[in-house]
Amino acid sequence: MAKSIEVKDLDIYYGNFLAVEGVNVGIKARSVTAFIGPSGCGKSTVLRSLNRMHEVIPGARVEGEVVVDGQSLYDSSVDPVAVRREIGMVFQRPNPFPTMSIYENVLAGNRLNAKKLKKADADATVERALKSANLWNEVKDRLNKPGMDLSGGQQQRLCIARAIAVRPQVLLMDEPCSALDPISTSAIEDLIHELKTEYTIVIVTHNMQQAARVSDDTGFFNLKAVGEPGRLMEFNSTNKMFSNPDNESTEAYVSGRFG
Amino acid sequence: MTQSTKTRTRTVAVPEGNGHHLSVSAGKLPRNAALLTAAFSTAVGIVLGLILGSGLTLMAFLGWVVFVVAYPVWALSIEGRRKATDRTVQALAWSIFVLAMAPLVSLVYTVVLKGGPVVTPDFLSRDMTGFASLGQGGGIYHAIMGTIMVTAIAAIIAVPIGVFTAVYLVEYGAGRRLAQSITFLVDVMTGIPSIVAGLFAVALFIVITGDPLPRLGIGGGVALALLMIPTVIRSVEEMLKLVPNDLREASYALGVPKWRTIVKVVLPTSVAGIVTGITLAIARVAGETAPLLLIVGTYPEANWSPFDGAVQTLPVFIYTSLAATSDVKYGDIWTDRVWGAALVLIIIVMALNLIARVIGNVFAPKSGR
Repeated sequence: MAKSIEVKDLDIYYGNFLAVEGVNVGIKARSVTAFIGPSGCGKSTVLRSLNRMHEVIPGARVEGEVVVDGQSLYDSSVDPVAVRREIGMVFQRPNPFPTMSIYENVLAGNRLNAKKLKKADADATVERALKSANLWNEVKDRLNKPGMDLSGGQQQRLCIARAIAVRPQVLLMDEPCSALDPISTSAIEDLIHELKTEYTIVIVTHNMQQAARVSDDTGFFNLKAVGEPGRLMEFNSTNKMFSNPDNESTEAYVSGRFG
Repeated sequence: MTQSTKTRTRTVAVPEGNGHHLSVSAGKLPRNAALLTAAFSTAVGIVLGLILGSGLTLMAFLGWVVFVVAYPVWALSIEGRRKATDRTVQALAWSIFVLAMAPLVSLVYTVVLKGGPVVTPDFLSRDMTGFASLGQGGGIYHAIMGTIMVTAIAAIIAVPIGVFTAVYLVEYGAGRRLAQSITFLVDVMTGIPSIVAGLFAVALFIVITGDPLPRLGIGGGVALALLMIPTVIRSVEEMLKLVPNDLREASYALGVPKWRTIVKVVLPTSVAGIVTGITLAIARVAGETAPLLLIVGTYPEANWSPFDGAVQTLPVFIYTSLAATSDVKYGDIWTDRVWGAALVLIIIVMALNLIARVIGNVFAPKSGR
């Protein structure tokens, strides 16, 4: 069910401001692709353009193509809502719905879309999603407690469970561990390894060790200069990126000489 | 070399530590210093008042002056300047608080004292038909029911308009020209004098009914709704703005359309504040008099039809009864009725406020933390 993503000559604008320029990436199915780079260089913007989430911000638009499994996402016939059902997203800060219990949070994708599920199916979905998010054992006895009661790391895993409960093709993660402690981070990294067998994962991270640990391919974004749009400087296998990158600035960034 | 630098730093640091004690301890007034000073200044006030031979007001004023001076001075002598300033500001803040509370407490006290004995089951269950105008029996049942009906009509009209407008302003309109002009018009609307809202309702129903002087319950509802709408829009707007954008994005990212996100995520998250705001808006218009005087008029018994004839409401009842208190023979009973009706009106408004608080607590998103 996982799909590959082909990005061609993608320019992303906020109003008249060109934020990211000329991105070309091939993201393989059933693999983890990491985007690294200094703050403000457009990693998250590119990530959000992969499921048309950036359109939520007024004035944002793209030029170029994002093709998922042969289907161009920016065709006029494409419904962004349908895109987001296929390409799920996990955000930087955990954001469970405060009005819902743990159980309801996991089922939010179904419930909010008014999809009726039989009780047994719903229970099975919740258990599957929470198990894949490595959260089941911690919460199985208190599924009806508010999702906000969980710790930060648990909340983030709850959000991952919520994202995978709707069985998306692709999972986008926007700095999923930046608000978490090392133990929760490691739990989520383990989880990413497991999820990779079923999903295509794209992760934005500020943590280069994390990129090196979890990803198969890595893309390095950078600004050419202050005020210039961000661009993808290099895209290669993670091994190559961290041992012998083609681009000088990649090497400088990866080795910690700047950024 | 490094060794010697270290030693030198230490030897320099040690006499410094010995020479200057950390001066973090200072004199402190007793915990009940404010109470002590208050007792002292009350005593001084009373004594001075007796010497000058004047009444309670002057005593209170003198007591207050003594307190405001003595309290900081005492602090200055023991605790120092900063604490003295702190206590001066505290004393002033408390004075102003008491000043603000005085009329409120006095009002509630007077109304309860004068209206309390009047409000009997009989008073609440009778209307003003029959011999009531001649000083026998009579009650405000019809006015209570009229107030509830007219206010309910106003809420039915104003709440949907207000909530939908606020949803538009926050969720769809952000930054657009239309939204900006609506916000401006809402601000203008907030400033409409209530009598003008009443005139609007009269003019509207003259056009609709053709009657040169329409008296209709629905007209009162329209006038009150006009006053309610801006309050509702404002409070709901603020509540919707408080909903974190993260939640909207979380919902969009699950492939939930915008309208469903609003209905199932944004509104439930903010429902407590919305309901509170609406209830407060209702409480605010329930006591409105001027527009009702113009458009609903008065009527001696309960009129359940908002589309047919005048309706009695509590504020208007109070107003018209007040005119009758100058009656030589029946003036006293009319005075009683005014206080009784005023007490009931206050109770209704307070009850609405309490309900708003309870609802706010019940609907608030629960967190175990």
